[in-house]
Amino acid sequence: MKTLRRFNARAAVVALLLTCAAPSVQGTSIIVASTTSTEQSGLFAHLLPAFEKASGIKVKVVAAGTGQALDIGRRGDADIVFVHDPMAEERFVADGSGVSRTAVMYNDFVLVGPGSDPARAAGADIVSSFKAIFSARTNFVSRGDKSGTHAAELRFWAQAGVDPLTTKAAWYRDTGSAMGAALNTAAAMNAYVLTDRATWLAFKNRRDLKILVEGDSRLFNQYGVILVNPKKHAHVKAQAGQSFIDWLVSADGQSTIASYKIGGAQLFFPHAKK
Amino acid sequence: MSLIVDSALEAIRLMASGDARLMEVAQLSVRVSGTATIIAALIALPLAAWLVQTRSAVRAPVVVMLNACMALPPVIVGLVVYLLLSRSGPLGALGWLFTPNGMIVAQTVLITPIIAALARQTLDDAQLEYRDLFGSLGLSRWQSVATLLYETRFSLLIVLLAGFGRAIAEVGAVMMVGGNIAGETRVMTTAIALETSKGELASALALGMVLLLIVLVVNALAQSAKTWIGRRYV
Amino acid sequence: MSDAAQPIVAITNVDVSMGSSAILNRVSIRIHPGERVAVLGANGAGKSSLLRLMNALLDPSSGNVVAPAAAEQALIFQRPVLLKRSVRDNVVFALLARRTTADVANRVTDEALAACELAPLAHRYARTLSGGEQQKLALARAWALTPKLLLADEPTANLAPAAVHAVEMILRRMCEGGATIVLATHNRGQAKRLATRVIFMADGEIVEDVDAKTFFTSPKSAAAIAYLDA
Repeated sequence: MKTLRRFNARAAVVALLLTCAAPSVQGTSIIVASTTSTEQSGLFAHLLPAFEKASGIKVKVVAAGTGQALDIGRRGDADIVFVHDPMAEERFVADGSGVSRTAVMYNDFVLVGPGSDPARAAGADIVSSFKAIFSARTNFVSRGDKSGTHAAELRFWAQAGVDPLTTKAAWYRDTGSAMGAALNTAAAMNAYVLTDRATWLAFKNRRDLKILVEGDSRLFNQYGVILVNPKKHAHVKAQAGQSFIDWLVSADGQSTIASYKIGGAQLFFPHAKK
Repeated sequence: MSLIVDSALEAIRLMASGDARLMEVAQLSVRVSGTATIIAALIALPLAAWLVQTRSAVRAPVVVMLNACMALPPVIVGLVVYLLLSRSGPLGALGWLFTPNGMIVAQTVLITPIIAALARQTLDDAQLEYRDLFGSLGLSRWQSVATLLYETRFSLLIVLLAGFGRAIAEVGAVMMVGGNIAGETRVMTTAIALETSKGELASALALGMVLLLIVLVVNALAQSAKTWIGRRYV
Repeated sequence: MSDAAQPIVAITNVDVSMGSSAILNRVSIRIHPGERVAVLGANGAGKSSLLRLMNALLDPSSGNVVAPAAAEQALIFQRPVLLKRSVRDNVVFALLARRTTADVANRVTDEALAACELAPLAHRYARTLSGGEQQKLALARAWALTPKLLLADEPTANLAPAAVHAVEMILRRMCEGGATIVLATHNRGQAKRLATRVIFMADGEIVEDVDAKTFFTSPKSAAAIAYLDA
């Protein structure tokens, strides 16, 4: 008994020394502030086990809108932000909150709406579809939550020459909700809504909604990943965070992203610029 | 209607199969809300006891404030605790944001006023009944309060259950402070919110049924504890 | 009345008022050890207030009250206030509240329950007893405290005749054991059976204060005559 205990104590000391000598990221965990589309589409559930197996680093995902995710990072409450609003991401890096932006992947937005398409919005040009919805004054559900999808939607309204927020029209439903909740609302109201394809493919409660516009190059939805600046927030796990970023853009990470499919359809497309 | 049937079947399937993720989420719900209830009770019951016996001028305003705080919106509690626990906030060094500890803090803040306000009223009502007896027996103020706490133990148990029920059923505070991280801070209510936003309505309802069942079991346990305590009387 | 110089209760010129209404008015009483005093009068005459004054549950607005310390008194209410515990634990609680040791409390409790014929019910939940049993338990609690002064506020109102008899038996035995008793009651028969002296009150004042026999055979005041005729 006694020798065994002494042996254990010696083993513990050796282990401790080894740990001190070679600081390892094994067994650590990082927090990733990301968007509802990546979480709700099931991408992370597909992606993270592969990374955790490869690195031994546990990834905890907090899913919010892009705006809130960036704010979580800005406050130092996450190690990584993984979002889809390139302009806001550049600002995040420019104000010193993040180290640098790395492009990871893209998916695309689609406009969905009632199968009967009362506004005749179906087509290949997203801006003329938005114009058609405005002239018909048919119900349109907006995220209204400063998310990446919301930012894209506002961009299309601006290109269509419409400012739905100042018109305060009844047809424009500013729901202030996440993608899934907005889709539920649109399904219940039989309204038009802009959604990312990934969430749409994973969404089950579609009722009468169908894809009406897709494929327009303006509908591309770029996802970027940024390490929160350790110079601003000293507790940020820079080493572990960087290895997550490195893995995402590695051949392994990119092929894992490409292999995520729902019903045979690919949801996200690798897009790492090395 | 088929949705309800589907969800009920799904609920039964989840529970019968002992679904590992469900068990983990359910356990965390009970652990977080149970701990919050215990901590809240340790703060609220002494506060209520103090309020019952004090003649201080702050008594009336404190009572009104506690009663009003029963209506604290969970998201506001969540937001305030989020700002406090954020790395940029005053308690950031604890590193409790997006952890079960943070969720316990938020729920404790949420239900302490509920337990304190209800316990205070329960003790006050009992005091009215017992005051003359305690006076004639020459009990001190604190002896009286201690006896009141014991005499109202069954009512106070219900008060604690009300606090626990509020905690385990709320989603706003745990969502903000916990972040709904899978396997870390995902509890029953945030899982339900997630399933709903995925359009998985049957699965969301099934989880709702499981949550109700958990609450039912906790209440049944409390009821049997009460019966067991009462069993020594013939 | 052997020691006229040493009353157990001495109330001198006491007024009690709550807000603008007078509850007791110019009350002066001396009660001596061993006396059995019945306090009679209509509802609201001030009977309960007089008892509460003696028990220090009520403070005089003016005047002077000398009464035994709380530890030497016991008070019985019309509606017994029982704790949510067993019959036995109700008595033990009262003894422990008076800082009796646990050994003594257990022994005295058994004696008190036996004296009040409650021994078979010792482990029943007090709140499930009948009205008469509950009042007997309140008396057992008082009995255990061996008070010098026992104050009983309409202890048999709402009780069935058999229970009234049992309660009176216990009161009588406590008196024989040396307690001085002040009994507020509506029951004139009870006053006749138990009391050696009657204090008759009306509108917060003491109208008559004479020995029991005199009160019932030749009341002097109009109020007392009307009360006895009613």
